[in-house]
Amino acid sequence: MKNKTKWQELTEKGINAVFMLCGIVAVGFVLCITVHLVIAGLPAIMKIGLPTFLFGTTWQPTATTTEPSFGILPFILTSIYGTAGAVLIGVPIGLLTAIFLAKAAPPKFAKLIHTAVELLAGIPSVVYGLVGMIILVPGIQRAFDLPSGATLLAAIIVLTIMILPSIINVSETALRAVPREYEEASMALGATEMETFFRVSVPAAKSGIAAAVVLGVGRAIGEAMAIIMVSGNVANLPGLLTSVRFMTTAIASEMAYAAAGSLQQQALFSIGLVLFLFIMMINVFLNVFVKGRRTA
Amino acid sequence: MDTIMEVKDLNLWYGDHHALHDINVDIPKNQITALIGPSGCGKSTFLKTLNRMNDLVENVKITGNIIYNNENIYAPKVDVTWLRKRIGMVFQKPNPFPMSIYDNIAYGPRTHGITSKVKLDNIVEKSLKDAAIWDEVKDRLNTSALGMSGGQQQRLCIARALAVEPDILLMDESTSALDPISTGKIEELAVELKKKYTVVMVTHNMQQAVRISDYCAFFLLGDLVEFSKTEEMFSMPKDRRTEDYITGRFG
Amino acid sequence: MVENVAVSQPVAQPTGFSKRKLWNQGAKALIWGSAILTCVLLAFLIGYIFYRGVPYLSWELLTSQSSYVKKTIGILPNLMNTLYIILVAMVIVLPLGTGAAIYLTEYATNKKLVKLIEFASEALTGIPSIIFGLAGLVLFSEMFGLKQGILAGGLTLVMMVLPVIIRTTQESLKTVPNAYREGSLAMGASKWHMVRTVVLPNAVDGIVTGCILSIGRIVGESAALLFTAGFGLVLNDFFTALESSSATLTVALYVYASERGETNVAFAIAVILMTLTLILNFSANYAAKKLKN
Repeated sequence: MKNKTKWQELTEKGINAVFMLCGIVAVGFVLCITVHLVIAGLPAIMKIGLPTFLFGTTWQPTATTTEPSFGILPFILTSIYGTAGAVLIGVPIGLLTAIFLAKAAPPKFAKLIHTAVELLAGIPSVVYGLVGMIILVPGIQRAFDLPSGATLLAAIIVLTIMILPSIINVSETALRAVPREYEEASMALGATEMETFFRVSVPAAKSGIAAAVVLGVGRAIGEAMAIIMVSGNVANLPGLLTSVRFMTTAIASEMAYAAAGSLQQQALFSIGLVLFLFIMMINVFLNVFVKGRRTA
Repeated sequence: MDTIMEVKDLNLWYGDHHALHDINVDIPKNQITALIGPSGCGKSTFLKTLNRMNDLVENVKITGNIIYNNENIYAPKVDVTWLRKRIGMVFQKPNPFPMSIYDNIAYGPRTHGITSKVKLDNIVEKSLKDAAIWDEVKDRLNTSALGMSGGQQQRLCIARALAVEPDILLMDESTSALDPISTGKIEELAVELKKKYTVVMVTHNMQQAVRISDYCAFFLLGDLVEFSKTEEMFSMPKDRRTEDYITGRFG
Repeated sequence: MVENVAVSQPVAQPTGFSKRKLWNQGAKALIWGSAILTCVLLAFLIGYIFYRGVPYLSWELLTSQSSYVKKTIGILPNLMNTLYIILVAMVIVLPLGTGAAIYLTEYATNKKLVKLIEFASEALTGIPSIIFGLAGLVLFSEMFGLKQGILAGGLTLVMMVLPVIIRTTQESLKTVPNAYREGSLAMGASKWHMVRTVVLPNAVDGIVTGCILSIGRIVGESAALLFTAGFGLVLNDFFTALESSSATLTVALYVYASERGETNVAFAIAVILMTLTLILNFSANYAAKKLKN
């Protein structure tokens, strides 16, 4: 019997190790990002004090005549309201479109809408921001007679359009997975197609639809470039028709000119850390919630 | 015997495939009519023409008349949702909704406009009793229907169909996915049900047809070969093909 | 048991509950309306961008760099930067991601490790781009001492796009029938030989799809590149760009639109980006269809 040569054994082990290393790099990335975000974000929080940071309502990091203040509550609230607004409008429209695609669409029309959704998903965020800046902002200014149309409302509209494709795709998959037997049973009892879709198919797909909502929330709260051009970039407490700043746009707009190593720059990293934790919390919470319902 | 449905010159095509040829039969009221025949002979297809479930299939073409309640059910102005309320169906594989037992039964009545909780409670209780399953589930009406055994689920589906107060119950091989004990229970149930309802059932199982049906319709390759009282068909079949099938020469 | 009640008489057809009909018609209107709205949104977006941008797509714009002296604007540097960064990112992420996918489908024995890697990959997809930008800033610029440039930006993009490559390659590897693997091993091939000669060639379509998807993401990315690749609008050759502040097309769009007020240039860039997106989209679909056959 011919035995494997030492050389053969070594090469095989080596190749195995190389590929395993590639896999571990992915884990490494996550670890590095988390660790370094924490390291970069903690100093400012410690210097400013966690309560003052999270709940302070004034953000003036470069104030010279008074003490600079680093309260990020306006950003946190704006991100929450903006995301909530986008989800409240986007989920119904997205779900309805998904029902259309999964159940009611004539085949040619379905293909058309599918292509539309895919293309919408592929448009870069800055392009959304540009169109929003040129059309939405002046539009809102005229409609509500404001000094500037760059408002939370404009941002919510942009965010809604941006999260539509995610919601539509995941909901559609969930709806298509509903067993045909449920729908046949419903129709055999004398229900119409619409009644079947809304009263049987949608409830049967609810965990998939919940996943779609989670996806939408994640995308909305993390968006920066699409809304930086339409939201006004002022650190106000959020109001629908006020210029606002999100956690994301705060980082994007000030990082460029914050002095390296300054408390301002460190505070921006802290905002990043808060955002990161927010998103992790949302994912964990909603995943437990969704998975919990599935096993119930 | 009173007739509840008259089928006249019924033909059905799936695309180019001529699946049912010139079917003529009168379905007797308050009797169990069994549709028998080898696989692919058209009996399930025929069953589905009776409540227009074939409408859901693409490329289906149907000619002929089916008279029920003095009207052709294929007339354009017929409200199909009303028709399916009067003619209920139980499928081969039990298919309760992923909802509570109560909501499964209440689904039909709610769809047709009944919202009062009192009325729904009564309908749920009555339907579950008619389906001989009330005692087993009365204490867990709010638990998921998917937690029941196959036999129980099928009786639930029967109860669900009964909840909308049909005249006719169509059963499409409803016991073929069940164990012998559950099958027996459902056969007993069918015999009870015919006092109030008319039952038309497709079955693969000739012994089942002999056991519980009053009339039999033998289908072969899309033709209705013979229709007669069960006793007559199995003791003195009129057609040579019927005799060959029931004596097991093919099928 | 069923009571012996008189059999119910056939009931005449109802003339239609108007509330129920109304509900049904409303539901139908809502779902058709939403679908049409989605279409209209897209048509409007594409239409408006092309309408505003195409008139400003000049040869000068595409082949020169902005000059304050001549008072002209050119986006050639940004075109080149986008190309450079695609190159850098793909050259690194392709072997890395493919290697990880091969490990997960062909070599992995430790189930916990597989779950960990897959979890990490999932986690990466959930992180917003601005956080990647911050992480890139900290990791590559500050820790590794890289200056703002294509290299730092490209490495940041590697982190973002890695899950895409891993996922699509994994799916593609899984579609290769086990019979091929068994046939090769039965002839005495070593595992790597089997993977290299029998599995990978049959998974190429999926890997290509993954590449196209990744390039699509890279082209459209902006937030992650603001602080890692920078805002520079100067034309550089590849090696200089690696370590100099270099704005890609998307970042340039942002700069021209909001800081320089040159909305026409911004729309012209938007047209280029949209066209690239459309081409990449159709290519990905085409490659995916080939994969299915």
